[in-house]
Amino acid sequence: MLLEVRGLEVHYGGIRAVKGVDLEVHAGELVCLIGANGAGKTSALRAICGLHARGGSVRYAGEPLEGRPVFELPRRGLVMVPEGRGVFPQLTVEENLAMGAFARTDADVGADIALRYQAFPRLRERRHQTAGTLSGGEQQMLAIARALMSRPKLLLLDEPSMGLAPLMVAKIFDIVREVAAQGVTILLVEQNARLALELADRGYVMESGAITLSGEAKALLADRKVREAYLGEGAG
Amino acid sequence: MHPLFDTKNSPRLVWAGVAVVALTLLVLPFALAQIGTTWVRITNYAILYVLLALGLNIVVGFAGLLDLGYIAFYAVGAYTYALLASPHFGLHLPFWAILPIGALVAAFFGVLLGAPTLKLRGDYLAIVTLGFGEIVRIFLNNLSRPVNLTNGPQGVTGIDPFSLGDFSFARSETFLGLTFSGPIKYYYLLLAVMVGILALNVRLQDSRIGRAWEAVREDETAARAMGINTTHMKLLAFAMGATFGGVAGGMFSAIQGFISPESFILVESILVVSMVVLGGMGNIWGVVLGAVLLSFVPEILRWTVEPMQRALFGHMLVEPEVIRMLIFGFALVLIMLYRPAGLLPSAVRKRELARDDDAA
Repeated sequence: MLLEVRGLEVHYGGIRAVKGVDLEVHAGELVCLIGANGAGKTSALRAICGLHARGGSVRYAGEPLEGRPVFELPRRGLVMVPEGRGVFPQLTVEENLAMGAFARTDADVGADIALRYQAFPRLRERRHQTAGTLSGGEQQMLAIARALMSRPKLLLLDEPSMGLAPLMVAKIFDIVREVAAQGVTILLVEQNARLALELADRGYVMESGAITLSGEAKALLADRKVREAYLGEGAG
Repeated sequence: MHPLFDTKNSPRLVWAGVAVVALTLLVLPFALAQIGTTWVRITNYAILYVLLALGLNIVVGFAGLLDLGYIAFYAVGAYTYALLASPHFGLHLPFWAILPIGALVAAFFGVLLGAPTLKLRGDYLAIVTLGFGEIVRIFLNNLSRPVNLTNGPQGVTGIDPFSLGDFSFARSETFLGLTFSGPIKYYYLLLAVMVGILALNVRLQDSRIGRAWEAVREDETAARAMGINTTHMKLLAFAMGATFGGVAGGMFSAIQGFISPESFILVESILVVSMVVLGGMGNIWGVVLGAVLLSFVPEILRWTVEPMQRALFGHMLVEPEVIRMLIFGFALVLIMLYRPAGLLPSAVRKRELARDDDAA
């Protein structure tokens, strides 16, 4: 098991945003965590990385992550693409990619950048442009490409479709599928339940801070409650 | 580009330029001494400001942390030197021993300021650093009781000049027919230190640490997600900046021979910030230019404003000091309007402030 989360809790003052979440991601899987706005998905993801104080336990590759600072995770192959993409707006596309390899000390960074350009021709076109001048979708591509620069084992994606036009959303999901096909394990947090479930192997449904449903993505897609609540199909 | 200035394709031209600048800097004090030794002193203070501006540039320009109390580190360096090499405690340690101590003490104070402010950014950080600068000055003013540590507002007098064996930086000496006065000797020492610190800055900017600072400045969460220890990097920026300030302070102490809390008031912090901003935050050469301009222009104005008024109106209308600040302020406003990224902006800031149509 690559990632094992047990009894995850997040508090904001007196408010419990995440109430004892259990979650597993096995190597090679694409797992999605879906739920409505404010269900606590992003809080859970940030807490897993240690960006929020948390209760409960998180084990990554068999080792507990307790007390591990965030900046150590990329060296161990766990990389998060934060919500809102988090590209460095004043740095060029290429500088952003180079920054993604910060945790690495080997000399193949240049070759890896070339590899990313192969996968994302759009980024090659804009390599000398600052990231802030890219469109939202291009920024999301850059954020994913940058995360891949540290050669992750497990990629945590926080709402990659947020604020994008439908055509671009489809494109980003294609990219996620390709990245998964290359053998990167992915935990995807999404509001767009249908797309996420169609893409994923397994899924978790989160509602007001707790997991209410989980299982095979296909089964969830067919589930009546999921269809009513998240796929916009009215009760019959 | 004009072929004469095409530095990329003719490294020889670059070296020729460096040689010209080096030669000018070597001959400069003797040329200035012809006008008056005062100008050599003014140049020495200008170099001290260059050191300060370079130090602050690490904090403000590289790491993006606005520090309005930077002069406190200058004060810490200056007082460390003064207390260890003056009759105040009867200690007379050699300068080569104290300067590193001063740098270390200043670095410690840098971390002391940095640690509690790690989570602050922008305006909030500026307010805390401003307060820090004032706290240090007020402490220096009041640490004369119960134990007389700093001698309070009277300051410390009789501070030793730099000396090495029989060689003292305070004495005039004739060598090869040239008279090396005290200020001229200090000039060469300061020049050497400045070149060293400049080289260090250039290396730092292109290093892994420099890149990490860049990331911290742009987006801290993303920087952490990239594997950058942002806590260390911010503390390092504060410590490094403070170190340079401390070294400059020690030299200031020795050159001046006398220091008091008066030398480390808020206006001085603001002056150094102005040098960095005016020259171009994050660009080492811009910062040097800013420091040189803001140290010399007021002095030049001081010497020209009065004679000019007498020539124009027959008598003096406005005090030189008043008109000096007026012109100074006006020049700063103009620069903020027409060159908001500074005189020599860093590549990144230039992009930041460029209009959208330029960027595309």
